Amino acid sequence: MKFPGFDYARPDNLGEALTLLASRPGEAKALAGGQSLLPMMAFRLAAPRLLVDLSRIPNLNQVVIGDDGVRLGALVRWVDIERHPTLAAAHPLLVEAISRVAHYQIRNRGTVGGSLAHADPAAEMPGIAVACDAAITVAGAGGRHVVAAVDFFKGPLSTALESDELIVDIRLPAWPAGRRWAFEEFSRRVGDFALAGVALFYDLDASGAVHDPHIAAVGVSDRPVRMRASESVLAGSKATVEVIRAAAAVAAQGIDIAEDIHAPADYRSALLSVLTERALVRAAGLAMPEEG
Amino acid sequence: MSALSKRGPTPNTLVGQPVERTEDLRFLTGKGTFADDYEPAGALHAVILRSSVAHGRIRRIDAKAALRIPGVHAVITSADVGHIIPVIPLRLAPLEGLDKYLQPVIAHDKVRYAGEPVAVVVADSRALAEDALEHIELDIDVLDPVADWHVAEADRTILFERNGTNLAVRYTVGFGEVDDAFTSAEYVRRESFRAHRHTAAPMETRAVIAEWDAGSGRLIVNAATKVTFFNRRTLARMMDLPESAIDLIEIDVGGGFGVRGEFYPEDFLIPFVARKLGRPIKWIEDRREHLLAANHSREIDCELEIACKRDGTILALRGKIFGDMGAYIRTNGGVVPAKAAQFLHGPYRIPAIKIDVAAFMTSKTPVGTYRAPGRFEANFFRERLLDIAARDLQIDPVTFRLRNLITEAELPYSIGRLVPYETETAFDTGDYHAAFDRCLDEFDWKSKISMQGRLVDGRYQGLAATCFVESGGAGPRENVRFVLESDGAVTIYVGSSALGQGIETAFAQIAADALGLPFATFRILHGSTTFVREGFGTYHSRALVMGGSAVLDGAKHFAAAVRVAGAAYLKCEFEDAIFAEGHVTAKNGSAISLARIGSLAASAGKPLQVEGTFANTKRTFSYGAHAAHVAVDARTGYVQVLDYLAVEDVGRAVNPAIVHGQAIGAAVQGLGGVFFDHLIYDADAQLLNASFADYLLPLATDFPNVRGVTLELRPSPSNPLGAKGAGEGGIVSVAATIGNAVAAALTSFGVEPNELPLTPPRIWRLVEEARRRKAVAAR
Amino acid sequence: MKTRMRVNGREVEVHPEPRTSLADCLRRDLGLTGTHLGCEHGVCGACTVIVDGAAVRSCLMLAVQADGNDIVTVEGLGDGDTLGPLQASFRKHHALQCGFCTPGILTTAHALLSEEPDADSDRIRDVLSGNICRCTGYISIIEAVLDARAAYRRPGAGK
Repeated sequence: MKFPGFDYARPDNLGEALTLLASRPGEAKALAGGQSLLPMMAFRLAAPRLLVDLSRIPNLNQVVIGDDGVRLGALVRWVDIERHPTLAAAHPLLVEAISRVAHYQIRNRGTVGGSLAHADPAAEMPGIAVACDAAITVAGAGGRHVVAAVDFFKGPLSTALESDELIVDIRLPAWPAGRRWAFEEFSRRVGDFALAGVALFYDLDASGAVHDPHIAAVGVSDRPVRMRASESVLAGSKATVEVIRAAAAVAAQGIDIAEDIHAPADYRSALLSVLTERALVRAAGLAMPEEG
Repeated sequence: MSALSKRGPTPNTLVGQPVERTEDLRFLTGKGTFADDYEPAGALHAVILRSSVAHGRIRRIDAKAALRIPGVHAVITSADVGHIIPVIPLRLAPLEGLDKYLQPVIAHDKVRYAGEPVAVVVADSRALAEDALEHIELDIDVLDPVADWHVAEADRTILFERNGTNLAVRYTVGFGEVDDAFTSAEYVRRESFRAHRHTAAPMETRAVIAEWDAGSGRLIVNAATKVTFFNRRTLARMMDLPESAIDLIEIDVGGGFGVRGEFYPEDFLIPFVARKLGRPIKWIEDRREHLLAANHSREIDCELEIACKRDGTILALRGKIFGDMGAYIRTNGGVVPAKAAQFLHGPYRIPAIKIDVAAFMTSKTPVGTYRAPGRFEANFFRERLLDIAARDLQIDPVTFRLRNLITEAELPYSIGRLVPYETETAFDTGDYHAAFDRCLDEFDWKSKISMQGRLVDGRYQGLAATCFVESGGAGPRENVRFVLESDGAVTIYVGSSALGQGIETAFAQIAADALGLPFATFRILHGSTTFVREGFGTYHSRALVMGGSAVLDGAKHFAAAVRVAGAAYLKCEFEDAIFAEGHVTAKNGSAISLARIGSLAASAGKPLQVEGTFANTKRTFSYGAHAAHVAVDARTGYVQVLDYLAVEDVGRAVNPAIVHGQAIGAAVQGLGGVFFDHLIYDADAQLLNASFADYLLPLATDFPNVRGVTLELRPSPSNPLGAKGAGEGGIVSVAATIGNAVAAALTSFGVEPNELPLTPPRIWRLVEEARRRKAVAAR
Repeated sequence: MKTRMRVNGREVEVHPEPRTSLADCLRRDLGLTGTHLGCEHGVCGACTVIVDGAAVRSCLMLAVQADGNDIVTVEGLGDGDTLGPLQASFRKHHALQCGFCTPGILTTAHALLSEEPDADSDRIRDVLSGNICRCTGYISIIEAVLDARAAYRRPGAGK
């Protein structure tokens, strides 16, 4: 499974990278870690005529934590997130989700930008992006613009990115103290893409009720989606066992549940409910014995 | 046993020790020579163009565009092979009629499975050859697929028109008054079971590297293994060459498990192309290709009935085996369904048995042997039914088994002739009850059983224990050749193949003990047709039993030859020469070292060498029991294996660490076969998951709690080592034990996991259906 | 395309095509065939090498991307033909059978223990979940890596 032939360029700066991408419309691809693109090329599912290696472009691999939130440069690797001394405290949901990505060797090369641009419906980073209302900074010929995560992912392996654009960074809004959160994923083996996953958080209002819940489903549809029905049940209520069960029961409502060789749709829906319940229980800090 | 007891004053005791492996030195330093590490000078690279259609008629192959690519040398099709396309013969299990379904080495008029070789592309590099593939126009008129044996049975679409049917063979075996037993039994139960298609997936893919020397008319093929002599015979016939003109060379092999080493289409195509083009040709299979084109296995459906007395005594078994053979019968013939039928019997007292076997052709990858072919399946079918019967009769499943488990007093125990191409089979030696007891004891069954069916932390716990008997040590013969080198080292050439099971170490242990020489004296060279005049290879756990026993015989002859040579030099009578501690010593005390004997012989141009052999038609029978403790999350279908124990009596463990490694490795492969490995086809007979991303193998995190206990209770009576083949016992009962443990865990739901694999969606669905049934009943 | 790397302590210069993987470059152009290809799509881990201290799937890296990098392959562990402590531990524990996956597991374990000499069995198992072995069932491998930790805890250890 040798790669098809291609030209290779390794620009020193962003502008040159964009020019190179634009020079071969539809035939050039950006190469970051290569952990998603190269397997596709090995199967000849992708055969770009030009690979633009981004690794020498400066200032794309920073993790910046500020009052306005967390900014991850496109070339930040999973291992960088894992090893960052203060990121887990600044954004625990991000770090927990990323801890499930792939395997040790992949984590040394795979990047935030690469995962976002690849847009596998079961990938954790796009799921976090959608769950957290992230903003993705895109650079193109006309300069930079920002795309909301919910508008960025169009379908399986399909995004709003034009062929001559690059992701520069992703910004996650600030994470307040006291926020409740959980990440719950079900995969066949460690490191596999999730058959279903739930990334959620909510804050508590003055009365202790759930305020502005964000619940995103990963790996159940053609892209990560917010679970609006579950969010509606939760919003404004206290996170009790009954409310959690009710929220979990409607987990799949309004979502187009995908079917594939690993999971039929009805199983996936049921799985999503169970994961939602377990995630909410964990977020709420309840002790809820399961009936099996 | 005589050779082993003839020890010198300081006897070696390497046999029975976990000696560190010789092989490891090169494997650990990256100095092994696996197929892709070997490249003859001037080699060109081949890639196989395979049909993407499951069933069709080839209309046209147009390679003009491919041939225009610089660096592409040739595109070989059936037209180049000639009017008569060689057909791959049967090696084993020649059930009547199977020879009408053999595979041509290259597709010519029809393709019958997606993945069937249609052409060979040759280029300067593998990458270029793959580029060329995309420029070949392959025109195939699509015919209806035959996606499973039900479709095959209907015979509406016939894969081999001249045969008129997709039913390759049907036969019935058995003994005793089966139908009477069922009519009069106090209890009968019938169930349907399914084992799914999966395969061995060794870490190294297949490879063939062929070099043709036109001047001498000789062919050298590297990366052969498993059954090199059979393959050479086959290749010679196909290429119209004398066997002596062909060398099949075995180098390092990255695992086999039954799948690697059989004669495949590429084993003809690559040498053929090498001869045709007059250039060495190197073909390294890629992983996608491997999953699609190397033998598949295990796809068997079974309807099984049991008749018992109320106290659980088994009166009879009656059943049907339906084998999905894929598109062609491969070298292993009918082994998979035939063995599945035979091993339904198991280590139990079955007074009457009748099994009907039907093997169907489908438009999928052909089927061959994968570790314990037919037994992984048969044990699942039978042991599941035993637990179901035990539950119906309200008898504890352990008690049920003990009631029926063959006792030592009954051995040898004949199970008649349950395989048409074999003679009567009898289980040889063993204490099946002792092994079962040991398993339960080691597993702490008595205290763990209190967890049976209990809901703990939201998961249901289940336990099961099963018994098995397993054959090994297939005959008929194995040969070795001992050569004394000029420095006193001893090279032992063996006909056995090495696929990772450590024969370079184990055989040296045997020879060292037999001759009273240091372990480091010996170098074991294996598998290649250049090494011995006739070899039989490695399959059905035969290497140690047959090859090891041949080494013992060779050692005997070697010791005698050394004494003769030493006596001649020392000018004494043979009777007065003693060979011990590496020297031949005469009565008067004069001595000559082995090294000196070797050096002298080499100088005289006549190195000292002897042959050894061991012949045996009786298989060996290992046996034992497995136990499992699982926790089932009924809401997601996830099963965690809390503890898995495999206990096996192997008669004699030459290297206990190697045997233990086989047991654990086989058990984990089996667990993968229960939960993960699955070759998934759609209704168009297209393989949907030909990649490691979607064909799932067990990882280090999946089954951390697997234990193995090796017993040496009863030596095998049929070889001087007393060894029973030990390569497959670890896998045979895994589906059986896990299936029963999951059923036990979910007793409260009343689900019967009778279909493999036990994936989360399958288990979830069984539970969901049970929940719905309960809800309906409650109304 | 000119590519300079340091491989097992030696400076090398190669000229691979861009499409050549680091694995194929190491194997073919540098004759370091200890690194094996088991799947060529980044799942099995047999091709793992160490790039600037990090374990990496060399089938998912282009040779040209390794320009300026420091690479360690299985041939660079131990001392020529002498087994290093990790390799010796594997031999002691019978942590290999056919040997095909072994180089990738050695490099991964070496990278792990070099950074985390106190890794426990859960961590070791988790890290090695990216390496598939078909022969051993992994248990002896975990034991071998656990046993090798002592060598990595000493200063200047592991090599």
